[in-house]
Amino acid sequence: MTGAVATGAVPNPAEVFAAVAVVLAAAVATVAARTRDPVRQAVVLSALGLVLSVLFLLVQAPDVALSQLAVGAAITPLLILLTVRAIRRRAAQETEAPDSGKNPEGGRGSGGGG
Amino acid sequence: MSRAARVRLFWAAALLFAAGYVVACLELPPLGGPFHPYGERAVAAALGRRTANTVSSVNFDLRGFDTLGEEFVLFTAALGAVLLLRRTRDEHVSAPRPGRVLPTVRLAGTVLLPVVLVTGVYVVAHGQLTPGGGFQGGVVLATGLHLAYLAADYRVLRRVRPRAVLEVAEAVAAGAFALLGLIGLVRAGSFLENVLPLGTFGALASGGQVPVLNAAVGLEVASALVVVLAGFIDQALEIES
Repeated sequence: MTGAVATGAVPNPAEVFAAVAVVLAAAVATVAARTRDPVRQAVVLSALGLVLSVLFLLVQAPDVALSQLAVGAAITPLLILLTVRAIRRRAAQETEAPDSGKNPEGGRGSGGGG
Repeated sequence: MSRAARVRLFWAAALLFAAGYVVACLELPPLGGPFHPYGERAVAAALGRRTANTVSSVNFDLRGFDTLGEEFVLFTAALGAVLLLRRTRDEHVSAPRPGRVLPTVRLAGTVLLPVVLVTGVYVVAHGQLTPGGGFQGGVVLATGLHLAYLAADYRVLRRVRPRAVLEVAEAVAAGAFALLGLIGLVRAGSFLENVLPLGTFGALASGGQVPVLNAAVGLEVASALVVVLAGFIDQALEIES
């Protein structure tokens, strides 16, 4: 990626964009690793999936970018959100909270964000 | 190991990795340069098989056997997830009450659902021509179907995705890939050898059995993801312990 820089030539725009995307991906991935709340983490992971798919597109791998966009930005966050919802619902049932199982749209709004 | 020791180990490993990564990146050939030893061979082979999308040619023709393995990885993973998420004896099902949906969300979902499904089929069907193929299109189909849940509610989603049918479809599609390989073995002497006419370069019917294998993978991936998501959604909405 920095090969052109190493040989002393002017880096072409594609390399600059790719380098920016790499740095951005590393930054978002660090944020994802440092986020402790699973719900917030699902949203950050979705953003990371988007950034990674842009990076793959910039290094001319559109097939991989499509897979990354679908799996990383949509399916993975959705599975995390559904898991969190199932666990919270059970925890609420065990403590017999008044709103147990009566909020079917709770997972839906956040699922749309992914 | 104490917390301080763990942090020290992390920083040592991170610095080592960062140094190695930088050194490796400095030796990379520049992006978009003329030096593509693997790409040139793959493109020549793809052109010879009249497959416009070289990536699909590699995945479904030159290295079709690897893709068969990947397909069965997904199949096994989906099987395991469904097995783990099944309803156990001490759990019972309660019908979730329909939630309120904003009219705008309902409209957007209703308009987008057919568009997304057509896009998914398009991506699967054009795998031999443009970026995409069975896996990507299958994921688009599976996620697109869940717009029914966003736009309406859970009961509508259950009607648009017959789970029992999709479980069978997943297995049949995974088997179809292996069967196509066996047909190649019997008819042409090696596993997954192409037995179909190669067709016209750039046409929808081109690339021999690449589009057929893409269709099988598309059906398998779409069914597997819908079935896995159904297991997760049931656990999140319906099943109570």
